[in-house]
Amino acid sequence: MNREIINLKNLSKSYNIAGKPFYALKEVNLSFVEGEFTGIVGPSGSGKTTLLNIIGSLDSPSGGEAIVLEKNISSLNHSESARLRNYNIGFIFQVFNLLPVYTVYENVEFALLLQNFSQDERKKLVLQALEWVGLENHKDKKPDKLSGGESQRVAIARAIVKKPKILLADEPTANLDAENAHSILKTMKKINKELGTTFIFSTHDEKVMKYLNRTIILKDGNIEKETKK
Amino acid sequence: MIKFIIKGILRDRSKSIIPICVISLGVFITVFMTGFVKGVLSEMLTTNANLDTGHVKVMTKPYYENKDQIPIDLALLELSSITQDLVSKFPDISWVPRIKFGGILDVPDASGETIIQGPGLGLGINLFDTSKGEIERLSLKKSLISGSIPKEPNEILLSHDFSKKLNIKPGREVTFFGSTMEGSMVFETFIMSGTIRFGNPVLDRSTFIIDFTMAQKILDMGDGTGELLGYFKTNFYEDSKALKAEYAFNETYKKSEDEFAPLMVSLRNQNDLGTTIDLVGSFGSIFVSIFVIAMSMVLWNTGLIGGLRRYQEFGIRLAIGESKNHVYFLLLLESFIIGLIGSFIGTFFGILSCYYMQETGIDIQDALSNSAVIFPTVLKAKVTNDLFLIGFIPGLLAMFFGSSLAGRGIFKRSTARLFKELEV
Ligand SMILES: Nc1ncnc2c1ncn2[C@@H]1O[C@H](COP(=O)(O)OP(=O)(O)O)[C@@H](O)[C@H]1O
Ligand SMILES: [Mg+2]
Repeated sequence: MNREIINLKNLSKSYNIAGKPFYALKEVNLSFVEGEFTGIVGPSGSGKTTLLNIIGSLDSPSGGEAIVLEKNISSLNHSESARLRNYNIGFIFQVFNLLPVYTVYENVEFALLLQNFSQDERKKLVLQALEWVGLENHKDKKPDKLSGGESQRVAIARAIVKKPKILLADEPTANLDAENAHSILKTMKKINKELGTTFIFSTHDEKVMKYLNRTIILKDGNIEKETKK
Repeated sequence: MIKFIIKGILRDRSKSIIPICVISLGVFITVFMTGFVKGVLSEMLTTNANLDTGHVKVMTKPYYENKDQIPIDLALLELSSITQDLVSKFPDISWVPRIKFGGILDVPDASGETIIQGPGLGLGINLFDTSKGEIERLSLKKSLISGSIPKEPNEILLSHDFSKKLNIKPGREVTFFGSTMEGSMVFETFIMSGTIRFGNPVLDRSTFIIDFTMAQKILDMGDGTGELLGYFKTNFYEDSKALKAEYAFNETYKKSEDEFAPLMVSLRNQNDLGTTIDLVGSFGSIFVSIFVIAMSMVLWNTGLIGGLRRYQEFGIRLAIGESKNHVYFLLLLESFIIGLIGSFIGTFFGILSCYYMQETGIDIQDALSNSAVIFPTVLKAKVTNDLFLIGFIPGLLAMFFGSSLAGRGIFKRSTARLFKELEV
């Protein structure tokens, strides 16, 4: 049995809307083990992004606990949560979020700058990451010269270049056509197998479902159903 | 990391070129305006000092109180001993006496009958003792319109306008009518040597200049003078020094019973020049403050250093594990660099323009024709050392304030909010 790396206990997140609390997540209990390839599925507004942001310590819970890699998210300060992200968590967003002034190579390299890699080490890692996503020939292009599928691949390369334990992807295929969506998922699956990276997705895209080992269906901040393959 | 960020800024024009332009422009205006206004104001002080007030001036008390009437009867006597005393007490000031006196210049025909006459303002200055430097101080050579500067005691120099009014040319004899210090009648014949234009309406109307010793003689003043002007040997007016001298000197005569005791008055306390002096001192800071505020607002409000475009980058950087403090720190560092570049460019052009304006200036003689104050007729900028620095204050501060304001967004929003804003 693989090691448990994320444990959510009675996790809640509420926002104050017009003076009344509004629950984006309600007492969610979930745990994830190393090497999972899991999708959080639900309609828009069901709390998927909120859940991923809390796991990634970009947001903090209003109730319950989120333990990520043995760290309690609520108790981390700014720099501790930055550190957690820096070494252990990669993000992929729905919008590709590449920095337009940098080349593909530089966008990926960016993620390494906070750690003390030498220039040679960085080069090796970046080229390797670009190879995984099949973009080694596009490394000197600027993002505006790339297709949507290619852009998302760069984002994946940027997320995995540090070889994080956890990769969080918030609707990574939402802006892609079917062909690109499938190819992106295959790439991620490959990385999941080869590097053992834990993948947690959010999606409401049917195409994604068949790739998932585990599906968690979220509705109005509650877990409605969970299926495992 | 910083290298990487700088590379990004340089590639993104809206992040580099435009803020640098805004900063350069602001710095340019600050430097240029400061140099120009300070130039004009200090030129005004210099003009006043040279033509009228000295850096300090010693007179008898009643003379000072009635100075508008040019009261030579209230003159300062024992000039030599007072001068000696002043020289020993204030070794860094040089002293020159001047006599101002009123009278009539009369142009006679061959038989001695008056053709034309007019009231004038006489000025007795050291024309022949070059060590006193009066010819340079009043820039007589430069102001000469026709003829020459007097070489003999019986020669007289007229303001060009006055000579035109009297309709005479150099070489012509004129007679001065006036009264001595004691009130007796004087008439003395002079030969007109030349004409000058001070470029100052007050002086150009009807001034005539004769030698100081000659003035002493014809006005029967013995070893006396109307005014004794002191100039710092550095040639620059130094307010605090002047005030100190003024205080120290007047203190020694405070208890004097003599109603004609000498009184020292600094430039600050003459011709309402105090405000001008204060303005020269504070103008830079006033201008800098205005520009720091205005430019920070421009930079911040136009989102040139913050804004949503920038938040995308911040969001990504936070996501890859950069801390908020570090993002903020680099934002400030980056604005410091941009501010520095902009300040350099703005200062360079500001000083260049000031230098140009220092050499050429704007002639406002016509606009001044009715002015009653002594004001320079050519407005010139002045390149001073502080101009090299003054632009950096608004340049750096504006960028810094602007960035601080923009960067507040990093802290004010929760990290998750930053990302929500990215999901457009
Ligand atoms: N900062 C916020 N303030 C108020 N409500 C929010 C905020 N962020 C998210 N929500 C609400 O929480 C719910 C869940 O949002 P989200 O996690 O983004 O859903 P999903 O990603 O599944 O579309 C939504 O109803 C959303 O409107
Ligand atoms: Mg979402």
